[in-house]
Amino acid sequence: MTNPSKKPKGAEISRRDILKSGAALATLTLAPGVTLMAFGGKASASEDMPADGLKPGARWGLLIDAGKCPEDCSACVAACSTEQGWENNGLDTDPQWIRKVTLKETATGRTNSLPVMCQHCENPPCVDVCPTGASFKREDGIVLVNRHTCIGCRYCMMACPFKARSFVAAPVTGQKSYSPRGVGTVEGCNLCVHKIDRGDGTTACVEACTATGNNAMMFGDLNDPQSEIAIAVATYASQELRADLGLGLGVRYQNI
Amino acid sequence: MKQLLTSLLAMAALLISPSYAQSLFPSVPKALGEPHPEGNEYWRINHPALLAHDRDLVVLEGIRDVDASLTGCVVCHAVNGPDQAPVQSPVSADSPDNSCRVCHEYVAVKIGCFTCHASVPAMEDVARILPEYSNSDEGWRAYLEDLSNLQRVSQ
Repeated sequence: MTNPSKKPKGAEISRRDILKSGAALATLTLAPGVTLMAFGGKASASEDMPADGLKPGARWGLLIDAGKCPEDCSACVAACSTEQGWENNGLDTDPQWIRKVTLKETATGRTNSLPVMCQHCENPPCVDVCPTGASFKREDGIVLVNRHTCIGCRYCMMACPFKARSFVAAPVTGQKSYSPRGVGTVEGCNLCVHKIDRGDGTTACVEACTATGNNAMMFGDLNDPQSEIAIAVATYASQELRADLGLGLGVRYQNI
Repeated sequence: MKQLLTSLLAMAALLISPSYAQSLFPSVPKALGEPHPEGNEYWRINHPALLAHDRDLVVLEGIRDVDASLTGCVVCHAVNGPDQAPVQSPVSADSPDNSCRVCHEYVAVKIGCFTCHASVPAMEDVARILPEYSNSDEGWRAYLEDLSNLQRVSQ
């Protein structure tokens, strides 16, 4: 399982290891007694780094066609619950990874049903307010909670205009190994980050929506001009929820 | 005085008797899979730092293929519960037999991991980390059986 050639491990790289690693060392004497030392060349970190990781330059997003989303269907919610291992029990403290919302235009009475989850903002308010840096945006645009540093203060829940975050108020058992969640931390849609890192190229909710035949949801890389979702948003009208806030959402809706 | 002498004698007997002498230390269950090439002593000392380093690679950078993964710990160091033939399953961190708890309780260090992380191995993780077991009921049964045999070795 472990490869001895990968040593030294990042956790215990010492000054001695860096000196031994053969990294090019440039020394510049700025003034008597003041020396500038720079490491360059073959950085030991990149040698040890495994080849996988997030796709640089990607902007993962969803395109949801509310016109194809029946009011009585909640396959995406059920799929998320199964995939991520959370349960709703009708309480105020229920998880809010994804939920079906019905919109009604008061003037005309036209109603619309659509799933709402974390919108994976380009400028996420939850990240702005987080006092520990636990709420963060990955380089590929996915907004996540690092539960190792989350202190459960719930500022991000207050800041989110979409109510996409929820607090785990009671101890949890039976978590999925790829989706840890536990009491005292905040959680929300992670855009099935484990599936993206695995290269599945889809999310549980999109898979479920496609399986029902409604085809109301699409997942893809908005920054890749060849991707289905980028072509779709370039061709057809779509909009962000609360576009007035200028958050640059990764989730876009059609026919609202 | 006589009482003191008796208790001293009893304590001495405890120390001399080999079975009692062993029980003073945690009986660490053996594990499946290849042994750590760095040695057990190295991992006993360094596992918190190694896990903390690699968890940041996973969470922040999406690098999933790391050396020190908690799922890896849970899969190889699983301990089967008491014999409830024919069904046996690995114990969770709620059980004092859990291999993390055996040592952590001895040194009185709280394990924070399992508030959020799964402490029971899942079939697909077993098949991914230990490829000798297939991702099927058959592979799972073989895994459980090998776990039970390991326990007998350690006792």
